[in-house]
Amino acid sequence: MAGFATGSGRPLQGRGGSPGFRFALYAILSVAIMILDQRFDWLQRAHYLLQGATYPVELAVSSPVAAWRWVQQSFANRDALETENQRLRTRLRDLELRSMRYDALARENAALIGLRKALPPVAQRWLPADIVDIQLDSLRQRVLIDRGSVNGVTGNQAVLDDQGVVGQTMYVGPWSAEVILITDPAHALPVEIQRTGLRTIAVGTGDSNSLALPYLPANADVRVGDVLVTSGLGGVFPPGYPVARVTQVHRDAVQPLAHVRAAPFARLQTDSNVMLIWFRHDNPAAPLKISHGELTSGDRTIQPLPVPVKPAPPPPAAAKSPTAAEANAAAAQRAAPAPARKRGPPPR
Amino acid sequence: MSTSSSPRIAMLKTVAGALILTLLPLPSWLEVIRPGFLALTVLYWSIVAPRAGGIALGWFCGLLLDAIEGPVLGEHALALALLAYLGVREHQRIRSKPVFQQSLIVFAALVIYEFVLFAIDGWSGHPLTTPLRWVPTLTGALVWPAAAAILARSYRPRT
Repeated sequence: MAGFATGSGRPLQGRGGSPGFRFALYAILSVAIMILDQRFDWLQRAHYLLQGATYPVELAVSSPVAAWRWVQQSFANRDALETENQRLRTRLRDLELRSMRYDALARENAALIGLRKALPPVAQRWLPADIVDIQLDSLRQRVLIDRGSVNGVTGNQAVLDDQGVVGQTMYVGPWSAEVILITDPAHALPVEIQRTGLRTIAVGTGDSNSLALPYLPANADVRVGDVLVTSGLGGVFPPGYPVARVTQVHRDAVQPLAHVRAAPFARLQTDSNVMLIWFRHDNPAAPLKISHGELTSGDRTIQPLPVPVKPAPPPPAAAKSPTAAEANAAAAQRAAPAPARKRGPPPR
Repeated sequence: MSTSSSPRIAMLKTVAGALILTLLPLPSWLEVIRPGFLALTVLYWSIVAPRAGGIALGWFCGLLLDAIEGPVLGEHALALALLAYLGVREHQRIRSKPVFQQSLIVFAALVIYEFVLFAIDGWSGHPLTTPLRWVPTLTGALVWPAAAAILARSYRPRT
């Protein structure tokens, strides 16, 4: 390698050795950074700084789009505005009518579950955020919002829009935060079927119109049109927020698990602003906060043992319940490692 | 693009340009075929000016890319450093080839680059197995003649 020289006759190895040596050095450095970033939280700080440094570039690049949107809005004609105003008025009236009974119901509910006084709502504070940059492809479903730690945003914070759950914050920079959408393939969200209360996990598919429910046994009570709401497990979302509607249920006689797809309520492709929510932690419905340490350095002795999934015999009608239990256990086993992954599916 | 005599200034300018092209929001079908502009830029500079930029340029560009979109810090840094190393090592052979053959070599290099990313994605638990992820290698090779021509305008070596 030493004899390698450029056209001008000077040896290529000036400062810092031959290219091979330098590449090896940088490769070792990269691998070290990767391991540190993957295993420990030491590089959170570096990530924070880098995100702060790159935010102006991202903002500048997305500004023509934002400017175009602004121009379009300012030239929206009067009719369109009036129509929209009318629509919003109607919607406001409907919502007010609907919320009229809410206070009474909440009080009644509190009395029923034996609490002395009506609890305040679980959401304590919310902050609108604009979407600055979008990465919507089959590889990653992420958006960048214009609120960061300066506004009090923290990691794993719930992000909603007016229709349903959007996702949660992942990397928080000083003025910006990266939000992982519920449809990202690395995201898993604990949900329950509103009609039956059956709990399961909704996993992103990489398509912004579809969520997969891969852990439902073939004989689970799920129908097209069922509404999925957050189950309150996982530590990010309180229970009861709408997530998606089941669009497709496919049962196969030889497969132990049903093939279920659902369409998110949140308009993930067209949203231009979203809501960040802070929850009241003294409220019993608030999501349970789990510290980072337990998740990154899990205790191997208390992990569930990997049980090989038996190829379940085709469920005869008579033996339905034991098969269901078996399939449920298998689903739970597969679902269990999901929250332990560090970054991808952060249902904590 | 104005011509600068120092390769380092030209490098900084073109890297900034490539970064903007990488971040530009595009409709989703264009997003899929968007070539890795930063990878092309790094490869170009490691072939044209192996002493000025080389592996360090690739590594720092990769770190920047990791901060923006990588699942793991250091992933693109490693892949781009490898790409730059390949460019630096073979720069004389690549330079002397006609543009069509250069495109083929670039295609091979980009496949290696994408494979490194693919492997690291898998190891770090963010696997993306869709075949669409290999499309940018093809489009990267296709736009190489144009990209090389544009990059060549930014810097004229003193001969």
